[in-house]
Amino acid sequence: MFKEFDPLKKKTFRLIDNSGKVINTKWFPDLPNEKIISAYKDMLFARTADMQTVSYQRQGRIFTYPPNYGQEAIAIAAGQVMRKEDWMVPAFRELGALLAKGVSLKEVFLYFMGYEDGSAYKDAHHVLPMSVPIASQLLHGVGIGYEIKYRKKDEVVFAFVGDGGTSEGDFHEAVNFAGVWNVPVIFIVQNNQYGISTPFRMQTASDGIAIKSVAYGVRGIQVDGNDYFAMYAALTEAAKQAREGNGPTLIEAVTYRKGAHTTSDDPTKYRTKEEEMEWDKTDPLTRLKKYLKSKKLFTDKEEDKLAEQYKKEVERQFVEAENYGPYPVEDVFQYHYEDMPGDLAAQKNDYERFLKWKEARK
Amino acid sequence: MVNAINNALDIKLKEDDNVIVYGEDVGVEGGVFRITEGLQKKYGADRVFDSPLAESGLVGTAVGMAAAGLRPVIEMQFSGFTYPGFNQIISHAARMRNRSRGKYPMPIVIRMPYGGGINALEHHSESTEAIYAQIPGVKVVIPSTPHDAKGLLITAIESNDTVIYMEPKRIYRAIKQEVPEEKFSIPFGKANVLAKGTDVTVVAYGAMIREVQKAMVLAKEAGISVELIDLRSIYPIDRDTIAESVRKTGRIITVTESPRSFGVASEITQIINEDAFLHLEAPPKRVTGFDTIVPLAKGEHHYMQSGEKIFYEIEKTVKY
Repeated sequence: MFKEFDPLKKKTFRLIDNSGKVINTKWFPDLPNEKIISAYKDMLFARTADMQTVSYQRQGRIFTYPPNYGQEAIAIAAGQVMRKEDWMVPAFRELGALLAKGVSLKEVFLYFMGYEDGSAYKDAHHVLPMSVPIASQLLHGVGIGYEIKYRKKDEVVFAFVGDGGTSEGDFHEAVNFAGVWNVPVIFIVQNNQYGISTPFRMQTASDGIAIKSVAYGVRGIQVDGNDYFAMYAALTEAAKQAREGNGPTLIEAVTYRKGAHTTSDDPTKYRTKEEEMEWDKTDPLTRLKKYLKSKKLFTDKEEDKLAEQYKKEVERQFVEAENYGPYPVEDVFQYHYEDMPGDLAAQKNDYERFLKWKEARK
Repeated sequence: MVNAINNALDIKLKEDDNVIVYGEDVGVEGGVFRITEGLQKKYGADRVFDSPLAESGLVGTAVGMAAAGLRPVIEMQFSGFTYPGFNQIISHAARMRNRSRGKYPMPIVIRMPYGGGINALEHHSESTEAIYAQIPGVKVVIPSTPHDAKGLLITAIESNDTVIYMEPKRIYRAIKQEVPEEKFSIPFGKANVLAKGTDVTVVAYGAMIREVQKAMVLAKEAGISVELIDLRSIYPIDRDTIAESVRKTGRIITVTESPRSFGVASEITQIINEDAFLHLEAPPKRVTGFDTIVPLAKGEHHYMQSGEKIFYEIEKTVKY
């Protein structure tokens, strides 16, 4: 696959077209129908969660939130390929993959409502918290990869970044270190065409991102990120290579951020309706649904039923997060050091004395 | 001190295979100051090795290794080259424990030679301890003797929090001292009273200890009794030892080779204001570098604190 789709050949790895028709059978993954249906359901859940969260934000019930719409296939495919012991190193637009790794939607809500408890991921195994400093997390993935190699473990790191992140030095340092150390890391670049408002052509003069892997001596491939099957096949092959000791892979997943960067952003300022409509034709959910319908594996009626059910589930987890309760003073201080330094303890005590004084004034 | 640091690394590499030592030129060459000499041969190239030349890469990969359970000890070739890695220190190494609510502690040691006085090139002479000490989530320590270098580094490697371990490169090979062969550790947050005195307390650390000791010879001739405290740990800071000393002497001078404003000396002044205010007989004094860039070799003596300069300040404070 990586030879045939060598980035220097400037080909994009794509398995179904916009109408859901299989256009490449050679690399089409051999998947049980249930798995494909469940991928679609998970994508639908992620989209429902996004839509509702944006609406909660408009109602002032949650702070800034970065929606995933349009990019669901990438995270969902990664979620299916990742094993329990594999590591996920997220940026912040990979909701479906987080959920697949065992992070709860409630935790995601807590994080964006302003509780660090929402990035503790209590029940999820081998997931780092979301990383806001762009691209910095990729190096963590490489460090984890070193540990896997050093301990001869059968694990793979899935590290995410956006197209804007590939302009950061840390992206280049990470891919370079990964190449030199030959560690089992898959870099997944979600090229969603925008870094907030800055279009991809203003991030780099290079012809896509996959091609950048060549100079680092790292396998690379450009994949249609809105094609669930292509993402699944490419990630599976990259993971196989990693597990066999063949080192890192850079996957450029070409996609489109259908929503705003975050709820604080207004895309009408920097892109046209025409452009959005053009990309709408490639929507990952629409395409996968067309495929499923053509195989008689799914109906609109089922979708409507699911959508209702998912809305209720999202609402349930959101309300649970809303009722999480006050932020304990203890939590401001207690996680910074293994043992709290005396000065910090004194600051905490001072503040607690103020709180008591304040309470007594009431 | 070079041997003592090497010995501490050797001990920890031997007893804990989670310890990984890497950095620029750290492997075959043993680092530009030969701190890691011989360790690659002894422990193999997967435990002691050269990294690509990229400081953010160094710290960032250490964050990942720590998350996965290793205990990376990385070397910054000079403290002045650390800044590309600063984002990884302040945004991740320092924060990961808190943001994961304790799930991912960061047992990382970032070693860096710092400070002036060796006629070095540009960017090789700064003292940036205050910058690191301001970062919530990291600890900062500075040894002044081979003995302390070993004991503090053992503690640093065994710490489950990120430690900035700053090495006063000016005295790397300046002090001959018998250091116990066996493993021992020195707790963080405990200053060391090097000399008992009654007239003035002088707090210093790193290479400045030797300069204060030179000043103390002059002070003794002048009949002034100096209490010398080696801070050893910048953060957490041992405010009790400092305050207790000042309650006795009534006077305090802090000597550093970093810029004056917003620095360790200013912090100590405030500690005294809080904990020993009524005992003061003279204003706390900051004897430090200027708020300037460290001049290149020919001008550096203007910036650095000498025994004579420290004595001059001691005398002024005592006569205040």
